[in-house]
Amino acid sequence: MSKLQEPTVDLALAFEHDLDEAEYTLILEILGRTPTYSELGIFSVMWSEHCSYKSSRSYLKELPTEAPYVLQGPGENAGAIDIGDGLAAVFKIESHNHPSFIEPKQGAATGVGGILRDIFTMGARPVASMDSIRFGPLDDPKHQHLLRGVVDGIGGYGNPVGVATVGGETQFHERYRGNILVNAFNLGIVDADRIFLGKASGVGNPVIYAGSKTGRDGIHGASLLASAEFGEDGEAKRPTVQVGDPFTEKCLIEACLELMQTDVIVGIQDMGAAGLTCSSFEMASRAGTGIEMDLDRVPQRAEGMTPYEMLLSESQERMLLVTRDGEEKRALEIFSRWGLDAAVVGRVTDDGHMRIRWYGETVVELPIDPVAASSPIVNRPKAVPSDLALRQQLDLDAIAPEDDLEAALEALLDSPNLASKEWIYRQYDQLVQGNTVIGPGGDAALVRVCREDGSATKKALAMALDCNPRWCWIDPFEGTRAAVAEAARNVACTGARPLALTNCLNFGNPEKPEIMWEFSEATRGLAEAAIALGTPVISGNVSFYNETSGTSILPTPTIGVVGLLDDWQKHAPSHFPKEGLDVFLLGPEEASIAGSEWLALRRGIEAGMPPKVDLVHEKRLHGLLASGIASALIVSAHDCAEGGLAVALAECCFGQRARPALGVWVTAPGPAGESATAALFGERAGRVLVTSARADELLAAAKAADVPCRAIGRTGGEHLQIAPPAGSSASPRLWVDARVAVLETIWRRGIPRRLET
Amino acid sequence: MRERIAAGTGVLLFAVLQFPGSNDDRDMRFAMKSVLGAEAELVWHGDEELPRSTEAVLLPGGFSYGDYLRTGAMARFSPIVAAVTRFAERGGPVLGTCNGFQILCESGLLPGALLRNHQLHFICDFVHLRVENSVVPFSSRAAVGDVLHIPIKHGEGAYTVAPEELERMESEGQVLLRYCNAAGEVTPEANPNGSVANIAGIVNARGNVFGLMPHPEHAVEAGIGGTDGIVLLGSLLDAARAGGVA
Repeated sequence: MSKLQEPTVDLALAFEHDLDEAEYTLILEILGRTPTYSELGIFSVMWSEHCSYKSSRSYLKELPTEAPYVLQGPGENAGAIDIGDGLAAVFKIESHNHPSFIEPKQGAATGVGGILRDIFTMGARPVASMDSIRFGPLDDPKHQHLLRGVVDGIGGYGNPVGVATVGGETQFHERYRGNILVNAFNLGIVDADRIFLGKASGVGNPVIYAGSKTGRDGIHGASLLASAEFGEDGEAKRPTVQVGDPFTEKCLIEACLELMQTDVIVGIQDMGAAGLTCSSFEMASRAGTGIEMDLDRVPQRAEGMTPYEMLLSESQERMLLVTRDGEEKRALEIFSRWGLDAAVVGRVTDDGHMRIRWYGETVVELPIDPVAASSPIVNRPKAVPSDLALRQQLDLDAIAPEDDLEAALEALLDSPNLASKEWIYRQYDQLVQGNTVIGPGGDAALVRVCREDGSATKKALAMALDCNPRWCWIDPFEGTRAAVAEAARNVACTGARPLALTNCLNFGNPEKPEIMWEFSEATRGLAEAAIALGTPVISGNVSFYNETSGTSILPTPTIGVVGLLDDWQKHAPSHFPKEGLDVFLLGPEEASIAGSEWLALRRGIEAGMPPKVDLVHEKRLHGLLASGIASALIVSAHDCAEGGLAVALAECCFGQRARPALGVWVTAPGPAGESATAALFGERAGRVLVTSARADELLAAAKAADVPCRAIGRTGGEHLQIAPPAGSSASPRLWVDARVAVLETIWRRGIPRRLET
Repeated sequence: MRERIAAGTGVLLFAVLQFPGSNDDRDMRFAMKSVLGAEAELVWHGDEELPRSTEAVLLPGGFSYGDYLRTGAMARFSPIVAAVTRFAERGGPVLGTCNGFQILCESGLLPGALLRNHQLHFICDFVHLRVENSVVPFSSRAAVGDVLHIPIKHGEGAYTVAPEELERMESEGQVLLRYCNAAGEVTPEANPNGSVANIAGIVNARGNVFGLMPHPEHAVEAGIGGTDGIVLLGSLLDAARAGGVA
């Protein structure tokens, strides 16, 4: 090997690596010399926004992360909670926004692959995926292409790896036209006493590389793609997107889980953003050790790769693990049996340094902690957005009420945001592993808990992803509180108790004070709601720079809540299960069109403060749902969310699998003489539609729990009929009288009909 | 024999093949073992022989070897598939679902082939299936005309076969399952993937190899997918308990 030829490092080259002058000066100070080219590359990715959380870390520190059942909070590959029976649930959500906008199929696919690795790295078998995806308007051919590509990528990766996709959310809005969002969630199950961590402990232990060979794909994905806003040159960044191989991932899952049944592994971590660099530095940093590695031993896909390329490659499906000394052979055998490359590439040392050689030549000699744990924190200025008052202001009297209520209901059901998402989730394997009690289309997904030996337990985990970005834009503090409450409420609607949450905070450019203010308000709301609802934050991810040519996305803090149900058979569906049940509205009766879907769709106005979330009520409501569903007092429960009461009722009526559509007769709650528009389409957090065959008992239970509960109707027939509140003299006699089958067709065709043109 | 199975002595073994990329293998084992109470074990694709006590072979769904070439095209070269072929030639019952069906077609144990779904998408949904023939060992628990509610999940499930072969199969009663509507009517609208003659499952001429795209292992519990899958898997269990078809 000839001696390595590398560019000379100076400030100009540091700028090209997105490091600023202060950061470069700090690097010179830490090292007492000029960094090598490879070292500069390492600093640039480790100190990038994506890897270092330099703008957000001080805010994230304020989030509540503890509860007696939290086994692992933020800081590891994923968080973990104790779910009894000696088992733990491991979960996390992560963004893959920029890659998906540039190359939707591979971007989304590798997003799924990355989050799966975060889960099985912990020793857990991934059992359930969900995805929160957001696009520009669906009538834009480009966004039709992006939707198709993202769905193809999620299914094309999630289906072959054998992990059920059980839920998620999909939304379309003008403000995602220049920057779509793809947030991928995964949950796995592990024996609570066998959780693996990403620690390179034990001086002298071998460091093993396993999985796909390293190629030139994805170099600088974390720093150039995820940590800068898009301009007109988005297309030019396509080479920084990685390519996924789900077959290798599936084999990697099985090989790692098999190896984890032995006592060989000391620590393990996937190579995600910033690949080999980030994984090795983080593992050594967590253990307080050092690592020395020989890069020429790393399995390579391309010839003649430089150390710089190998260190920054984001090739997919790769793991770094440390085994007990002398046990490396057992590990290599298992990987080989699954047809995977694996090699011992280094050793754990005790000197707190990363020493990387390339054909005997030392190319990196860096202290671990200054790179991994002491990256600079940036205190970015914040400013209240100049148009905030406008966002919150709405003169209700100036809004023309709906004159054709049924047409409005049909328009809402047909709108891509509220229409059935079946076209999407029908392309995902929702059933593999055989534990899907409630799949996509419910308020939350419900998945029975199985052990690694394949035996089933009685328990199930409920999970939901939620965010109403319009509310977050109007008021990021209130909107984020509402997002937490909604995700927890959806979990509670299955009968489960919400236990913990993960979050994916998608925002614009943090260098803009108004964006930083939105972010700080959102984290403040997140903290308050997580404390009030008893759902600590156990994992998460921040995605900044979701802007193109200066236009940012709506602030979108996606919240994923996970809850536990003690007996999976005692759950509630979201739809009406049968005729002759009494229908109740739990929660406040009055709603508001401020900031509502109706106002946006029918009047083109996005403004006005929605009613604030009452977290005390919310917590009581969740308790009532859990006890009511466990005792079969409540036999179905559906969150009353975007589109208001009328849309929620329609959704309860629509057919599910073998059950055909079912009608309902309802008297609208609320004061006599209330505007039909507000009563039918107004929105408010904390409202749930439930059915019961034991009305008196439910009313008594609700009273005892101090949750407002009003009987509003009864299931049966083939029509959705909604009458004005009792005592109203207003005509017509019925506000809505529509055949459910007709509404259902409109709702089911909303997305596919727009894609067929 | 019946009593010995009930006691779980493991005499009659259902061998569930495990290829790299199989992903319904554990589900099939769960259905046979935990729900139906039979002995079922995973058998590695690299093995040269089936376990000696094998009474029936189950090829699960998934994406064997990634299915990058053509679904099932690589798996047929696995050592274990050679053993399965010998087992089938001796008359042993073999059941393949989804990717298992594709492998059986690729390896010549079943006629025809499975092509890309006609609308080109992967589809995961519950479908209705009309039972066209009640035969040992695969559908004896059903009567002709029964409608089963079982999920499908595949991207390449459009069954196709030469017209003269199809004619022969129809006359020999080799078509076991057809996609239909809830009323049991075999209509074009009820055909989810473009399969010829709405075919969802077929047996070979000898009647001991059964391939179907739907997933009976995902319909074995009342609260999770319903129990119609037991009709098919239970038929195989009955046959094994009665001494098999070999």
